[in-house]
Amino acid sequence: MESQKQVLERLRAAFRSGVTLPMHFRLTQLEAMMSLFEDNENQILEALHEDLAKPKFETVLSEIEIVVNDICYAISNLQTWMQPTYVGTNLATKLDDCFVRSEPLGVVLIIGAWNYPLHLILLPLIGAIAAGNCAILKPSEISRATEKLLAELIPKYLSQECYAVVCGGAEETKTLLENRFDHIFYTGSQSVARCILLAAAVHLTPVTLELGGKCPCLIYGRLDMKAAAKRLVWAKFFNTGQSCVAPDYVLCTTETRDALLPFIKEALESFYGSDPQQSPDLGRIVTDRHWDRLVELLKKSEGKIVIGGESDKKTKYIAPTVIVDVIESDALMQEEIFGPILPIITIKSLDEAINFVNEREKPLALYAFSDESQVVTTVLERTSSGGFCSNDGIVHMSLPGLPFGGVGASGMGNYHGRWGFETFSHKRGCMMRSWLLECVNVLRYPPYNESNLSWLRWATTAKKKGWAACSVM
Amino acid sequence: MSREQKAVDRARKAFLTGRSKSLDYRITQLKNLLRFVRERQNEIAEGLKKDLGRSECGTPLYETLGLESEINLAVKYLKEWAAPRPVSKSMMTISDQVYIQPEPLGVVLVIGAWNYPWAVTIGPLIGAIAAGNAAVIKPSEVSSHTSKVMEDLLPLYLDKELYPVVTGGVTETQELLKQRFDHIFYTGNGTVAKIIMEAAAKHLTPTTLELGGKSPCYIDTNCDLAIACRRIAWGKYLNCGQTCIAPDYILCNPSMQDRVIEEIKKNIKDFYSDDPKKCLDYGRIINQRHFKRLMALLEGSTIAVGGENDESECYIGPTILRDVKPDAKVMQEEIFGPLLPILTVSSADEAIKFINQREKPLALYIFSSDNKLIKHMIAETSSGGVVANDCLMHFSVSSLPFGGVGNSGMGHYHGKYGFDNMSHLRSCLIKKLKMEGMNKMRYPPHTEDKLGWARFFILKHVDFGSLGRMVLLALMAVFVAVILQRYFTD
Repeated sequence: MESQKQVLERLRAAFRSGVTLPMHFRLTQLEAMMSLFEDNENQILEALHEDLAKPKFETVLSEIEIVVNDICYAISNLQTWMQPTYVGTNLATKLDDCFVRSEPLGVVLIIGAWNYPLHLILLPLIGAIAAGNCAILKPSEISRATEKLLAELIPKYLSQECYAVVCGGAEETKTLLENRFDHIFYTGSQSVARCILLAAAVHLTPVTLELGGKCPCLIYGRLDMKAAAKRLVWAKFFNTGQSCVAPDYVLCTTETRDALLPFIKEALESFYGSDPQQSPDLGRIVTDRHWDRLVELLKKSEGKIVIGGESDKKTKYIAPTVIVDVIESDALMQEEIFGPILPIITIKSLDEAINFVNEREKPLALYAFSDESQVVTTVLERTSSGGFCSNDGIVHMSLPGLPFGGVGASGMGNYHGRWGFETFSHKRGCMMRSWLLECVNVLRYPPYNESNLSWLRWATTAKKKGWAACSVM
Repeated sequence: MSREQKAVDRARKAFLTGRSKSLDYRITQLKNLLRFVRERQNEIAEGLKKDLGRSECGTPLYETLGLESEINLAVKYLKEWAAPRPVSKSMMTISDQVYIQPEPLGVVLVIGAWNYPWAVTIGPLIGAIAAGNAAVIKPSEVSSHTSKVMEDLLPLYLDKELYPVVTGGVTETQELLKQRFDHIFYTGNGTVAKIIMEAAAKHLTPTTLELGGKSPCYIDTNCDLAIACRRIAWGKYLNCGQTCIAPDYILCNPSMQDRVIEEIKKNIKDFYSDDPKKCLDYGRIINQRHFKRLMALLEGSTIAVGGENDESECYIGPTILRDVKPDAKVMQEEIFGPLLPILTVSSADEAIKFINQREKPLALYIFSSDNKLIKHMIAETSSGGVVANDCLMHFSVSSLPFGGVGNSGMGHYHGKYGFDNMSHLRSCLIKKLKMEGMNKMRYPPHTEDKLGWARFFILKHVDFGSLGRMVLLALMAVFVAVILQRYFTD
């Protein structure tokens, strides 16, 4: 079996050969990725079910369709993305061609996560391939079945010269990170992200970090309770709450909470029935360790469980749980929950809710539910987050036109659609100067004098509206 | 609390008041910055003369003209840059607002360099202010006179709390780096850059690193050699070679070497007279340490032109080295001085190979009258930026992103790129609680039927003009009403 270093050398040689540069090659690889999904839907469903008890619907939507959609988007737009962009010039450079080329970086490293194990490693890969790079994929070892599937299918469908899967745990990842990459794309936790940045600093490698945090959900003012409850419940308990953009906790007034709870209960029952443990549409916690962590949080919490609370270690099951009377210092508010537990914190005013959010780290997503557009606008304007969605949850990340990424503690950089292409590209500023008009260049050569300086000042000022091309030029 | 901590703390408190959010406020600050640059030309020029031996015309030409241009651009386009940027929607979101909202990051740190202390310290500051951030400005202590001018005068024009100038050396910089910033913009060398990235890792702070490297300059046999050499001589000896994008070394055919040397020699004389030491337009090496470093680089190479030096004045004359070998001392590090080595290669392809064996440079220069060759060289190499048939000029084009790749840096700025670099592009999806019927297909209990609809609706992406959107919306409304009626009535 190849060592990590051998894999890297092979990919670097492939990149140097220029094989990934032609559009045709990149399109072929993207089409092959599409075939991977088309040919192996059943295996994918099985693997996701084994890892997370993910219902077919969720796997299709959040692991298959979203990736396939982005592949189609890349294939349709690749030619445009690859074209150099010609840019405006000032008078002194009028006869020159100035353009920006998007160029591949080289060999990139993509480290996946376990909660959407296929999506979070293959969606970045689309951008990497489209931009003309070679890539090493390091899937999460926690979602074991998907890791195995990726190791089997990637070499089968994609060019083995240019793309490789490296499996392993923390030790293997640490060793991998000692190597030099041209970009590292990491999805995961803040603590590991710090280690990745330190490793990247050694080689001055640029990094994209898709992290998490506690995504607040403000519910305020006049609103359609039934619709809000349904959307909130859907977004929260999708993938059993194990989504980086799941609404982590709710902020609302006591009145809103009391009016909302019956609708939340109704929504949960209509989704998962009276005994959610029997529903095939609710997933499970990924590992015993995370199950322990979540059950421990429930135990330590001083809030009151009003819905759910049941759990079963054998099947790693935790019921959709809603907890009220949660305060700032509660155990549930000290870390990203990443599970099917929804704390509701009551506040007295919108200001209080906004201050609460702003006292904390910037989250990956922020949600505001209200029929009053002024409320939504206020929340949007007075907070900061990776992304923002009003009156729904999660869905903003399905739009390829929107950059998906964090800010502050929730991450740096972004991807999806063209943003993925840009993330894995170098924007090279190019200027083709004319040999002509050397007489104009004379203005800049020593010996310097004031008269030349004023001509130059005039010629290099940014283009003004309504100016015809100067006759001197 | 240390002085640095206080400054950062104050900047953060000032940022949290929200006053830098207003576009009018940002424009006022930018206009004040412009006034500063125009009103204080004398003080700026004096500082530069003491630091770098810069001539009077050198100040506006190479430091402030560019800044004025960038400030004017930012003032003119700020409203456009800061406005929400709509993006294309999916079928499910056709009636929603979908856009990207640029937002300030918070408190950024701008660490400047000593070679063009105004251009590379205030340049990034323009982007920071335009994007609505607070910015701590840390000028290079090596250009100490300029640093003092910044410290004394900037607070007279800019918001003192939002944009403090913090001067100092290594200790003060280290203290600054312990604080938490929302972005760090550093111009300098790779060694310090690694330390900065490490410090940034602690707080998960994104960084922009404008570094350097050895920028190659290839001269093809097919080119107007007289003009080429004039432009190269200008680019090389400007600021005594202390430019991150100076042509570091020349690659050319052995048959051309003598002529190249002759031409450049002629231009040195035209620019700086027979005795550059007496010429006001020729600068000095920044300090003794760099002077000694440069003199040591000469070892083992043949001087074709120049080589005169005077340690007491930190003067090194414009120098050309011939027949330089790849393993020569002068080829082992970025020169950053007025020494121009010439290495001979037999072809453009050999030049490409030579360039690709080395770290990606900040700039690549190609002199040729054959456009096809130029495009071929661009395609076969990688660098921060490229200029064909001139040197340095891409720095002055605001619509080109200025930055490095690989060892020459990460991130870029100038013009709108400077604004975006210091902004967070926040994705916004503004939905209403209406049309809840549409969502039924995504809710459990899941059925094959619902899955079919969801696959079709939820993710499919459309891109229409506004008229097409109206028509589609109307059709969709009818379509959906029919579907809801037939399949999803309670």
